[in-house]
Amino acid sequence: MSGSRWRMDPCTRDRLLSVFFPLALLALWEMAVRLQWLDGRFFPAPTAVAAALWELTVKGELLGKLWLLPGLIAAGDFSGARKVFAEGHLWVSLFRIFSGFFVGAIPGIILGVVMGTNRTIRVALDPVVSAVYVLPKIAILPLVMLIFGIGEVSKIVIVAIASFFLVLINTTVGVRDIEPIFIEAGRNYGANRRQMFRHIIIPAALPIIFSGLRLSLGTSLIVIIAAEFVAANYGLGYLIWFSWQTLLTENMFAGLVVIMILGALFTSGLQALERRLMPWQREELPASADGADVGGTGAKA
Amino acid sequence: MTVKIEARDLTKWYPSRNGPVCALRDFSLRVEEGEFVCIVGPSGCGKSTFLRILGGLITPSSGRIELFPRDEKAPLQNIVFQEYAIFPWKTVLDNVAFGLEMRGVPRTKRRETARDWIRKVGLAKFADAYPHQLSGGMKQRVSIARAFANDPEILLMDEPLGALDAQTRVILQGELIRLWEASRKTVVYITHSIEESVLLGDRIVLMTAHPGTYKTEFSVPFERPRSFELTGAPEFARLSYAIWQELEVEVKRTMEKQL
Repeated sequence: MSGSRWRMDPCTRDRLLSVFFPLALLALWEMAVRLQWLDGRFFPAPTAVAAALWELTVKGELLGKLWLLPGLIAAGDFSGARKVFAEGHLWVSLFRIFSGFFVGAIPGIILGVVMGTNRTIRVALDPVVSAVYVLPKIAILPLVMLIFGIGEVSKIVIVAIASFFLVLINTTVGVRDIEPIFIEAGRNYGANRRQMFRHIIIPAALPIIFSGLRLSLGTSLIVIIAAEFVAANYGLGYLIWFSWQTLLTENMFAGLVVIMILGALFTSGLQALERRLMPWQREELPASADGADVGGTGAKA
Repeated sequence: MTVKIEARDLTKWYPSRNGPVCALRDFSLRVEEGEFVCIVGPSGCGKSTFLRILGGLITPSSGRIELFPRDEKAPLQNIVFQEYAIFPWKTVLDNVAFGLEMRGVPRTKRRETARDWIRKVGLAKFADAYPHQLSGGMKQRVSIARAFANDPEILLMDEPLGALDAQTRVILQGELIRLWEASRKTVVYITHSIEESVLLGDRIVLMTAHPGTYKTEFSVPFERPRSFELTGAPEFARLSYAIWQELEVEVKRTMEKQL
């Protein structure tokens, strides 16, 4: 009787569980602060963090003073409009991440394909690449600042370096691991060099190239936050660091929340791009850690 | 009769950690135009190596190989690979049109030809599907259609049905017979199945154990068109058994070496 109410479709059950459990945790946190089990100065309640996030937005710290934009554009003051974005922590970090990511990833893919297909170049470069790869990229930030100064360029360069090596290594592996039979089929059907790249090597290596891109975008986020901790006046890393130094813990947590959202958006954005670019990939069912107990009843269509 | 393929004393050495390994030794073979030749031998005897030399994928260490084209502009040979060497990132249609696309055949024309062959192998409904949506037998049909659609003078088949289950295999053997009898191209067909070679071939060449070379050959007297019904005939069994008697020694020698 009451059993039928609880025996719901396992998919619905999973979805409800995945929404309500985190909400319950947040509620518990809120309650713990209000009942003063937790010190609100160090662990501000979720409502306080949300309020801080709102404050940061409407004061123009997070996204810049966006409300000035229409006036500036109408007046033709484009450098002023650019300055609006240059004063929003989020835009500053995003700009650094994406410019560094593209500056690093594109040469990474190109050199990776070259290293994957050309044995001589691979053997020559492999020790250098492996040596630099193991170095935590943030460790060379001082060196990069020595060369490029303390401005924007050095932040973009450090992200570019981190992305470059991850994408390079994954692309090389992806190209090297192509099933020889695909190459043979291409040659037997008369593919020339250019056709070989376009029809066989690139699509065959694309899944692994993409896992390199995914890794490097995640690493870009880490590297830029760390760089902004020590050497910046804007950016999400700076926001967190400055908030910590001035004991504005709500703002610190607000910064963390923004970074979490960014990370989630990057991941889902890349997944959407992957589905678009690689429609041939098998649709992978999300792995459920407790998949076993879905078993018999969980007839997935 | 015109000679289509002439192989003389082909030898192939491969480098390996324990010194060079001989994959094929003094192998000679002549194939006539329009002939269906099956090459049967124990595993590792170098039959795939021979096919790859024919397909221009590897060069022999010594010996001579000549293929005689009738039309210089048409493709000379194409391979139907073992396993599923169709491209997972291309639809069935684009896979079948692949050879034509590489040759620069215009899009509409090549799609038309590809659709025609997709229909002939019974996959009309799956033209826009990706290989991962197909069964093993369907994938191998795509692979066969890809070769036929390119319309080469010689078809090289490297155990094309080897990875299929026994029942799917029977069906595809029937389809191969039908397609080939309609086109009568020159075929070199590698297999380790004696029955398959007797069912499909005009002539069966046996190879010795590793390092493989020519052992002997049988001509297959059965009339065409053929079908699976042939396998029930006593002469079919007699010929298959005669081939097995020759092959058995080689297979046993291969097994002893592996111990």
